[in-house]
Amino acid sequence: MTQLDLTGLTAEPAQVWGGIRLVPLVRETPITDLRLRRDLFTDAWMAVEPGDGSYYASYIPHGFVADWARDGKWQAAYGTQLCDEYDQPDDTPVHAIPMRRLVQRAGSRRLRFLPLHLALEGYLALHFGGPSVLWEEWAKRAVSRGLSPRAEMAYVGASVEGLDEALRIFEIHPGQCGVMVYTADALAAAFVVPHPDDYRALHSSLLQDLYGELVYQHAYYSPPVREFTAVIEDARVSDLAGLRSAALGQLDAWAEDHDRHLAGGLLDESYEITQLRRMGAAGRYRLSRFLPPFALHREQHIGETITDLKGRVAYLKSMRLSENQVRRGHLLSQLARYDWNLEDTAAALGSSPVELVRRIRSAGFDGLLKRHVVEAAQRGRWDGRPSSRQGG
Amino acid sequence: METYETYADLVAAEDVLLFVNAAITSTGQREFRSTADEQRMSLDFLHEYVRVNYRELYAATLALDINDHNAVEIIRRLLVSARETDEKQRRVEGRLIGARLAVLPPQRVYRLFGQLRRARVNNRRTRAIMRDWLAGRRDHGFDAVKYRSGFKTAVRHGHLPVTDELGDFLFAPRRRGHYEHELLDTYRRARYTHSALYELPFTVAEGFAAQHGIPRAVFLDRIEPRMTRYERLRNQESARAHRTEVEVDLAAMPLTRLASYVLSLDLSVRSERRAELTGALRAAARRVAGPYAGTWGRVAAVLDDSFSASGSAQKRRRPLAVALACHFLLAELADTYVPLWTSGRGDALLTYPYGPTPIGLRILDALDHSPARLVIVSDGWDNAPPGLAGEVLRVWRTRLDPSRRTSVVHLNPVYDAAGYDVRRLAPSVPTSGVRDAEDLPALVELAQFAEGRTGLAELRAYLDDRVKLFTGTEGTTA
Repeated sequence: MTQLDLTGLTAEPAQVWGGIRLVPLVRETPITDLRLRRDLFTDAWMAVEPGDGSYYASYIPHGFVADWARDGKWQAAYGTQLCDEYDQPDDTPVHAIPMRRLVQRAGSRRLRFLPLHLALEGYLALHFGGPSVLWEEWAKRAVSRGLSPRAEMAYVGASVEGLDEALRIFEIHPGQCGVMVYTADALAAAFVVPHPDDYRALHSSLLQDLYGELVYQHAYYSPPVREFTAVIEDARVSDLAGLRSAALGQLDAWAEDHDRHLAGGLLDESYEITQLRRMGAAGRYRLSRFLPPFALHREQHIGETITDLKGRVAYLKSMRLSENQVRRGHLLSQLARYDWNLEDTAAALGSSPVELVRRIRSAGFDGLLKRHVVEAAQRGRWDGRPSSRQGG
Repeated sequence: METYETYADLVAAEDVLLFVNAAITSTGQREFRSTADEQRMSLDFLHEYVRVNYRELYAATLALDINDHNAVEIIRRLLVSARETDEKQRRVEGRLIGARLAVLPPQRVYRLFGQLRRARVNNRRTRAIMRDWLAGRRDHGFDAVKYRSGFKTAVRHGHLPVTDELGDFLFAPRRRGHYEHELLDTYRRARYTHSALYELPFTVAEGFAAQHGIPRAVFLDRIEPRMTRYERLRNQESARAHRTEVEVDLAAMPLTRLASYVLSLDLSVRSERRAELTGALRAAARRVAGPYAGTWGRVAAVLDDSFSASGSAQKRRRPLAVALACHFLLAELADTYVPLWTSGRGDALLTYPYGPTPIGLRILDALDHSPARLVIVSDGWDNAPPGLAGEVLRVWRTRLDPSRRTSVVHLNPVYDAAGYDVRRLAPSVPTSGVRDAEDLPALVELAQFAEGRTGLAELRAYLDDRVKLFTGTEGTTA
């Protein structure tokens, strides 16, 4: 469990439009040996073949390509392509393009991945395998096939009220390498890239990203949020130099306030970070996903990040989970923690097994349980037999 | 009782001033932060509100440097609602309308006549106004060719007498095989002969050229002598793209238009033609400054070149063009001049909209030079951090400069549709709308009213002076 380290990034004053607040993050020294570029997919319908004969189809508005150079210096890369089919632009494939994996090496010094997909995969595949111990109340399907398939709903940025306008009129700071998006003053997403040029190119891609249900609702129902305007105490100012230092003090105060109060939900949380891939010269950068502890009634973010050897963030993309999603994650992690034993889990959660079965049902996982257990729980009876353990 | 009146007066003065600001800046077109619909709706409300409540002052604003769009709008509304007022006021309005129509571009006047026709306004007074204006036109044949449909509508709607030949040209074009009037006959011939179309006005010839399929380069080359000076400026880049040349005297162009043209060029082109462009901008500014050149003392300017100065697709880089034009004008007006762009860049000619608006910090930099005048040209969206400019100006005024050694004025080229005014930086700083940098000296004068300390009486007196100047001088020439 570690925290995200945004050292080197400073929050500049926010820009507000309606219910949306955008906080620019400026990097004093841009990272030059790792670059990120947008890869527009000519055909956004994609299919992945996991290899067992099934297809995984998805709509992918854009993917990112990370580039690095062996000698630590970034060189202009051109002709970034995903697969040979894209060589002729007029030969646009109408059918779905089969791809092996969602993170894929695209050449020796490039890595292609789909934004937020790692994070979502991590969340969706949470305890994917189902129970490892076959308790009586778990259905055969749960043990043999696990939780698959799970579905979660998300909204594309373009449908988040006011986000398009807020991004259009946003004035990008010199040296800006990231942004934090707030809807109704709740952190909706954080986005950090290595270099200002990357940010300029990817600024509008925020509109094609996916956002949780909560963000959509916040933006839809939120009244315009207030600007945090500068205030100078005039009693203390006696000359121009004093006025200047008071004005500069306002800037510093804002950066500190932002990190502590507004972004606290993201930055103060400890995450379970899974490293997925090393890249760059001597494995300098790590691509990983992070999952929150799924604490109930708290702001929880999932996301993916590229960090350097010291753990400082070079790339970050996060997504805020809705309350329901947090609850599902919480339930799954609690079940896994107690070896999927319903009675132990219920005891740990401070409720009864009947109540737990109801919760599993309302979380949409009732297919995992045997029918008679669910039905009995609906009538208020507990029909599990914890003593008859049959091995796993 | 008296206090009540004073309060009402202050409100009236404020209402009229915000209307003037709107009438100077807004054209009902899209801006960086609001759509065309929002701008139009907001402007519509203001027009209606001021016309109903302060009709005399509403009419008097025609004498100010408001933009053509709003001048036409005011004239239309005055004519539509003429019966709501008495004979004396109507006479005053008639004089103002006549004087304003005389300085409006003819295409706008013809469009106004079309609007009056659609609104079914056709009383004796309106017809008289149309007749008088048309009588002042130099050549009806020329108008009939260049503004054909507008002219036709005006003649038809105003029952205006025209010569038989012109009548045939407009209403029965096939009746005559030949016209005595040279231009009318050229127009007839241009339908069949290529050479004839080069004697027509540029806009008319352009249509014929398309009809005849004449290559653009050939057309531009041969039509050049017939182009007006704005047409020359507008077609500079079109000509360049077609590898031909249209001659233009850049130094003779109005300052703000020239600035717009400069900003439309690529950075590399601008630095290649640096001497030429800078020279033209300086010459235009010197012409505007006239006798006031070098009389303003120490001047510092804070000029906004943040991303929002890019304007909109309809008003491309307009706020930045105004700032650039103000920069050159202030350089001429000032004795010593310090320009400060919000982005921190120094080369005015190579400016482009980029970055946030740390206007508060720039104002501090400007005050460091202890100027006699501080001019701020910005859209008023101070966002790095928000509200700092207002605080700096407030503390400066209350704590550091209560004796007003430095006079501060804020000129804003963008109308804020939601606020029904141009956006202010601080309540203590007089703010005025600005459309063309050429009006800067007059606007600085007008802005003193916006400080909220001058009442309706002074404003009325100021407007009266302007009206007398406007109708008097125009009246003698017309």
